[in-house]
Amino acid sequence: MLKDQDRIFTNIYGTKDKSLKGAMARGQWDGTKQLLEKGRDWIVNEIKASGLRGRGGAGFPTGLKWSFMPKESDGRPHYLVVNADESEPGTCKDRDILRHDPHTLIEGCVVASFAMGANTAYIYVRGEFIREREALQAAIDECYDAGLLGKNNKLGYDIDVFVHHGAGAYICGEETALLESLEGKKGQPRLKPPFPANMGLYGCPTTVNNVESIAVTPTILRRGASWFSSFGRPNNVGTKLFMMSGHVNTPCTVEETMGISFKEMVEKHGGGIRGGWDNLLAVIPGGASCPVVKAEDMMNVTLDFDGLREVKSSFGTGGMIVMDRSTDIIKAIWRISAFFKHESCGQCTPCREGTGWMMRVMERMVRGNAQKREIDMLFDVTKQIEGHTICALGDAAAWPIQGLIRNFRPEIEARIDQYTANAMAHGAVLEAAE
Amino acid sequence: MSVRRLAEDSVQPASFAFTKENAAWAKATINKYPKGRQQSAVIPLLMRAQEQDGWVTKAAIEVVADMLGMAYIRVLEVATFYTQFQLLPVGTRAHVQVCGTTPCMLRGAEDLINVCKKRIHPEPFHRNESGTLSWEEVECQGACVNAPMVMIFKDSYEDLTATQLEHIIDRFDAGKGSTVEPGPQIDRVYSAPVGGLTSLNAPEAAAKKAPSRAKKADEDSVSVPPSNAARARTDADETNPKLKTAANAKAEAAANAEVKGETRAEGESAPAGKPSLADKNRPAAIARPETPDDLKLISGVGPKIENILHELGIFTFAQVASWKKAEREWVDSYLNFKGRIERDDWVKQAKALAKGGEAEYIRVFGKKPR
Repeated sequence: MLKDQDRIFTNIYGTKDKSLKGAMARGQWDGTKQLLEKGRDWIVNEIKASGLRGRGGAGFPTGLKWSFMPKESDGRPHYLVVNADESEPGTCKDRDILRHDPHTLIEGCVVASFAMGANTAYIYVRGEFIREREALQAAIDECYDAGLLGKNNKLGYDIDVFVHHGAGAYICGEETALLESLEGKKGQPRLKPPFPANMGLYGCPTTVNNVESIAVTPTILRRGASWFSSFGRPNNVGTKLFMMSGHVNTPCTVEETMGISFKEMVEKHGGGIRGGWDNLLAVIPGGASCPVVKAEDMMNVTLDFDGLREVKSSFGTGGMIVMDRSTDIIKAIWRISAFFKHESCGQCTPCREGTGWMMRVMERMVRGNAQKREIDMLFDVTKQIEGHTICALGDAAAWPIQGLIRNFRPEIEARIDQYTANAMAHGAVLEAAE
Repeated sequence: MSVRRLAEDSVQPASFAFTKENAAWAKATINKYPKGRQQSAVIPLLMRAQEQDGWVTKAAIEVVADMLGMAYIRVLEVATFYTQFQLLPVGTRAHVQVCGTTPCMLRGAEDLINVCKKRIHPEPFHRNESGTLSWEEVECQGACVNAPMVMIFKDSYEDLTATQLEHIIDRFDAGKGSTVEPGPQIDRVYSAPVGGLTSLNAPEAAAKKAPSRAKKADEDSVSVPPSNAARARTDADETNPKLKTAANAKAEAAANAEVKGETRAEGESAPAGKPSLADKNRPAAIARPETPDDLKLISGVGPKIENILHELGIFTFAQVASWKKAEREWVDSYLNFKGRIERDDWVKQAKALAKGGEAEYIRVFGKKPR
């Protein structure tokens, strides 16, 4: 288990002083100027060496992403955009950073902006996080007052940090959709290439990073890449905010080392599974878009990128949705389908039509009002949506259903059998077809 | 995606204008973006318009478009694309947004939706008869470890049960929404595990009580109420900022309090401090019995509260059951509980527990004590 002195987010529960003074007492903003004096290349190399992978779900190496930014400006300004549009069901870590530990993020913005030659950073907070936005803005104002941000500040590098917000669209968590939204348009993803590092916000070089990825960087630079990479297995290093929701006894958000076992995680912080380990049915390991994993596969899983790939799912954001045996698993996945149907932006036909189609079929399967061959048809349709859309929302909508069919096909068939049996039973009322 | 259209012309107001404060705020917001990129401010401006009117009207869309030099259709498509914009009038006192996505569903969001259907209107986006309440089912609000939850205007209410939601709706319907403390509705620190921290629990951290949600008045929260909806009556004397009251003249309030020897403000306004331990309304204390009752069985009492009660010399259910109204009020304000003792009906709970323990509790309340 991670020791308290190795935790990066020291005030994640808001039990301590949230002000700039309090944050400084906990070690934030310590020697930021000296970090900047070591130069851009040093920062980027250090982040590369630390093995930090993006915390927003895809796990792209953060240092590598920063190095894509042009070294010299061609006259266009550079931008850092922080993605705080946290809307994946099961994920709620950025919320706690924004409202309780905002200075980790603001200092991270300074360091990251410097590393990519940006003088402006925008933090795109999801529209529903109103109090979180206010807390963040208050912290930024404090930094301006203290001369840590703005022109001619104490750090010797001109940087402005602005808070922007959305208005309830999950798709704006996709980086190019987020940029569209930040430009004041509908949040529909752009075709890539050109990638944001060349043509991003307002057509200028831009890097989009998750809140947690940015917020951990100052601590990594202060304590050294080797400190960060000493946690976890190679390629899956560092500490991470994990979330447990659903049927654990004490759902919570907690920072832990990568590669902790699922069992230890649930026992230590989740207070065990509701009704004991035998009562565990399945887990959606990294936010709603990850395929569901059966209990027996989940028992010995190591919680990191590779560990979950071994059980044909994905680590995502580290937000686990735990389901016990009282759960109607088909209905749980149907609700996720309904979510993706609601959140599809409507730009690509496979996703716009497919998500609705899948949801309607799933709705019938919840009742059992379907043919068994439709299970294969549904699987086939998910395969036709996956990979045929501009952004990954189509994939994200397809995976949960694929996971369901792969792991719980007997459940679906039993439901269909039961429905048929009820329909055929003596005394059943026959209804006319619609 | 969902089909969203503007409201019928019959309910659309003829015109829209930002208040003076909001207009100044809008100007500052536009300046956050580079020259010529003022279009970026469209979402914040529409949101501010919604906060001012309660919903996004056609007139507001046109005003915002003119301010930003955008074609009407460009603002219209933004307003219909983003689902947080309410295109129909919502309840004037509360618009309840219930999260129904899987993590909340697993922990009972369907019960909350049933409460809304029963208490407000069978259909979402419809107002109740008096027009004060409305509800909708929303997608994930990002509070999954505090499921199930609802959001009303700017605040979220988490770790709910159906009974608690009914209570919250009642408070809002009575125009007293501000008396409900936002955040987790059980004994819990934000997203930390119930029953105490499992990390970051170094002694000095654990001893500190979690500060309540930042009330720091930044410009955003002062200038604009959550919505037009739950706004207080502004024609009343007590809301006139020019009149000196305990809230806006702290020094005088403190001086007053000193003379009277009592620091608690009357009525709904927040108590200025803990009531004195020597107060006559303090419930009688007893010496610690050999086996004190497990006060935690009372819903609303956690380990922390139990300790405080022990410090007050309260160890048995019988004691709690015998509290009179004044005593309850004293304990409530001592715990800074904002009426929760009445709300959770500690006395009835304690009576049942004192009479027949857990079995009697189940008989009376139809559920196990927690």
